[in-house]
Amino acid sequence: MSSDYTDIPGTYVFDARQSRKGYHLNMFCMSLRQAANRAAFKAHEGLYLDRFPMTAEQKDAVLNRDWNGMLSLGGNIYYTSKLAATDGINFQQLAAIMTGMEQEAYRNMMLKGGRSIEGNRSKGEWTAVGTKTVGTKTGETKNGG
Amino acid sequence: MGARIVGGYATSHVPAIGVAMDTGKTEEDYWKPVFKGYEFSRKWIEDLKPDVAIVVYNDHATAFSLEIIPTFALGCAAQYIPADEGWGARPVPVVEGHPDLAWHMAQSIILDEFDLTIVNEMEVDHGLTVPLSLAFGQPEAWPCPVIPLAVNVVQYPPPTGNRCLNLGKAIRKAVESFDEDLRVVIFGTGGMSHQLQAERAGLINADFDNAFLDKLIADPKAAAAISHVEYLREAGSEGIELVMWLVMRGALGDDVTLRHRHYHVPASNTAVGHLVLEPVE
Repeated sequence: MSSDYTDIPGTYVFDARQSRKGYHLNMFCMSLRQAANRAAFKAHEGLYLDRFPMTAEQKDAVLNRDWNGMLSLGGNIYYTSKLAATDGINFQQLAAIMTGMEQEAYRNMMLKGGRSIEGNRSKGEWTAVGTKTVGTKTGETKNGG
Repeated sequence: MGARIVGGYATSHVPAIGVAMDTGKTEEDYWKPVFKGYEFSRKWIEDLKPDVAIVVYNDHATAFSLEIIPTFALGCAAQYIPADEGWGARPVPVVEGHPDLAWHMAQSIILDEFDLTIVNEMEVDHGLTVPLSLAFGQPEAWPCPVIPLAVNVVQYPPPTGNRCLNLGKAIRKAVESFDEDLRVVIFGTGGMSHQLQAERAGLINADFDNAFLDKLIADPKAAAAISHVEYLREAGSEGIELVMWLVMRGALGDDVTLRHRHYHVPASNTAVGHLVLEPVE
């Protein structure tokens, strides 16, 4: 197993490369912290996005609510979650969407101890099974102490 | 007698916990086992009556954006307003600061070679207010002043666990060199295992979490040696917040008494961990 974090499957580490790429996308999301900006964005999304020097790809990802696409284009989850909040989507709902699971199935997975670490440590473990959505089997919950 | 650290309080700071408290859902089946684990510590801190709480937490793109990313930012203000994080501000009291001790800490810790950022104006988000709600419930005003210490864990890389442990030791020195007779409790917040993003979201690793708790209590140097890639892989991309618990642990000295330990999965996407520790004098 590689000691490099780029080997972790289904994960975007928000490092220098991602941060530089996503600066304006994230600063757009940051602007949605203000109620007035949320209203302006909702009134005309495309016009509002033009205030930010984002790439066309980043703007499309926002308009299409392509949440994983935003992450791959340099978005950070604490920023993109502000766009989700603007849409009335909370963190658990957003997580379900990004994993491609139904809300109910995701919630049940969490109640059963969450996504197991087994089979989810290395990209090799995902490609070996030939699918990206592997590893939804739940872990044993241990209540320590 | 001068100021001293009298207790350590570690807890996850999941935003949904704040929402559950703010909307009266703590008695629901989903939330009951989470809050049950905080009954002991609610009483503990009520009896302890700390004069000041230092809260080590992270800002989640609220007061700090990508414009300025301080690794360690110490709040020296008289007051901190709970922030609107995109869904309206939490209905919790304004957080009163303790500028005298905070400025003393800043001077002591910087001369101790930790290059802190000093903050005079800052809104505080769920990372700080959820632990206060868990510890103190829903009072009209928080029972003691608070000194926020914001740690960057959003932009990679966060400070190392070892750096955090050593900062905790510098905090202890700073507090103990303050003349006023103050009993100080220190909070380490965030974690435990969780991943909020992308296809691996929902990751929980109870084995990692419980091993971390064991080490943090009895062998903090071992906990401080955990590498970033190990946190990211084993505890999920947001589980790396656990480095902040090491600041709290460093401030308690070598040996501690474990007063309370709680672990529960899930709260929303996250494993909830909670410790109450006291320094051994």
